[in-house]
Amino acid sequence: MSGAVNEPAALSGPAERLEGDRTARARAVIVLLVAALAVTMLFSLASGASDASALAVIGAWFFGPASGDAMLSARDTIIVQDIRMPRVVLGCLIGAALAVSGAVMQGLFRNPLADPGLVGVSGGAALGAVSMIVLGTTAFAPVTALLGIYALPFAAFCGGLAVTLTLYRVSTRRGQTSVATMLLAGIALAALAGALTGILVFMADDRQLRDLTFWNLGSLAGATWVKVLAVAPVIVAALATAPFLARGLNALALGEATANHLGIPVQRFKHVAIVSVAAATGVSVAVSGGIGFVGIVVPHLLRLIIGPDNRYLLPASALLGGTLLILADSVSRTIVAPAELPIGIVTAVAGAPFFLWILLRKRGVVDL
Amino acid sequence: MIESQAVSVAIGRKPIVSDVEFEARAKEITAIVGPNGSGKTTLMRAISGDLPYGGSIRINGSEVSALKPWQAATMRAVLPQATALSFPFTVREIVRLGLVGGRSGVLPGEDARLPDRALARVDLEGFAGRFYQELSGGEQQRVQLARVLCQVWAPVLEGTPRFLLLDEPVSSLDIRHQLIIMNIARDFARRGGGVVAILHDLNLTAMYADRVHVMHRGRLAAAGTPAEVLTDVIIEKVFECRLKVGAPPVDGTPYVLPHSAMV
Repeated sequence: MSGAVNEPAALSGPAERLEGDRTARARAVIVLLVAALAVTMLFSLASGASDASALAVIGAWFFGPASGDAMLSARDTIIVQDIRMPRVVLGCLIGAALAVSGAVMQGLFRNPLADPGLVGVSGGAALGAVSMIVLGTTAFAPVTALLGIYALPFAAFCGGLAVTLTLYRVSTRRGQTSVATMLLAGIALAALAGALTGILVFMADDRQLRDLTFWNLGSLAGATWVKVLAVAPVIVAALATAPFLARGLNALALGEATANHLGIPVQRFKHVAIVSVAAATGVSVAVSGGIGFVGIVVPHLLRLIIGPDNRYLLPASALLGGTLLILADSVSRTIVAPAELPIGIVTAVAGAPFFLWILLRKRGVVDL
Repeated sequence: MIESQAVSVAIGRKPIVSDVEFEARAKEITAIVGPNGSGKTTLMRAISGDLPYGGSIRINGSEVSALKPWQAATMRAVLPQATALSFPFTVREIVRLGLVGGRSGVLPGEDARLPDRALARVDLEGFAGRFYQELSGGEQQRVQLARVLCQVWAPVLEGTPRFLLLDEPVSSLDIRHQLIIMNIARDFARRGGGVVAILHDLNLTAMYADRVHVMHRGRLAAAGTPAEVLTDVIIEKVFECRLKVGAPPVDGTPYVLPHSAMV
């Protein structure tokens, strides 16, 4: 009987470090990531083809044009405020959206290999975006008229949502998600979305083809405050669901039935998670084309450092995703300067080998 | 108290449980026994609120199907047969999940230490920092029990009893830990809570259960105290195997009963 009632003799104060508790480390990492993001943003604002000084421009906001800033020209202000700054903000938003979408998707499917790009969500979003570019003035004209600059993100969101819902329906039976089915269904859905996209491209006229090409290059080039305004509300709203999602995703790690036993409204939770992923992925694809691997590399890297607790994993993913995408963008516009490499190429070159490394490490552990 | 009338559960079109009367009282351990495929787990899942059912299942007077997940989480905690994880959680992080939605019933400041107390109870003191995936099956099962205990730490909350629903809590454990776990269940019942446990070990059932429900082919074959239910006639009929209750081996083969243990 004594075995059942023995308890730790002394209960010490909460300040003591608890074994197996990674909360303190996670908080420290988040603070570091905030600092890293700030430094990266400043660095990115300061670097570019022109020698415009970002520090001078930013200093001018806060302190007014000081006497020493007589050199601060209108040209520099425009370069920093209207060209570099929206690009940095857009990169940050999209990086955060992609990384958090990946983390949420992995939690939802209870598998570290789920990623919006890999399982066709991005493909579905691309189909939505291409349909809007090609059919926006004909079949979808009413949508264009109604939504204006939001028509393209909205179409991409619908495409992403359709794929995510189908994927979940196909691969989940009685609360158990089959990873093999999910990945295979993702391949099928991505192929289908690709084929339909191909048909639309085939139908497109010359002007639409030019639009498609620019969009498809997957670049943050041409970022404007208008674009930022088009995606920011959706991405910020999707990120705002993260605290609600984190609790549910943690419980869901034990399976759907157990999450329900723990008091999580599982069905409602899954709907919020799926809509959130589709929205964040959809608008990201709408403005920047396909940017792969951010959603899989960032959460995985962070799980190694701070563990899988989504209350910290989601905000940390947002911060690291934003930082890495701004860095990737810096690489993409300097490595072949004065030309630009599409950013999707940079993330794929860095991310694909990393993904293979994850697979090798997990071989035998992940059931496929 | 959990009481159910005429419970039927079908998975797809196949009826798994038909017309079962079930009752589990506070301050008691209620065992569900029966052969494989007799509907024990399905009945438990209906009581847990996982499956739609016909008839009525009430927990402390509320119909289970009408409870919101967070309401149910304050009334009962559920230990599944096995839990697989895909992310590298530490033992502490798993046990702490018991505090996600329910109400442990301890003072607000004490929640942080509850995982340690729960782990000590299941004889896993010092395991908080280990990774769940590195543990053996039996250890994982005990970690899950610690998590379940955190959810309903106080057996009685605001005057109403709470329930532990345990699906084969001791099936992967050695005999010492079987007894430790069953003692936790008995202690929970003594302090005013209720326990429903699916058990395969008839000796442990006889030793610990206050009431036994015997399932057979989706129906209730018998219900009562262990002495009333564990009889030659019922056991032979239900398990389709000729057995004698309380017969030591005639040829002197050694046998070990949990009754003699001192844990």
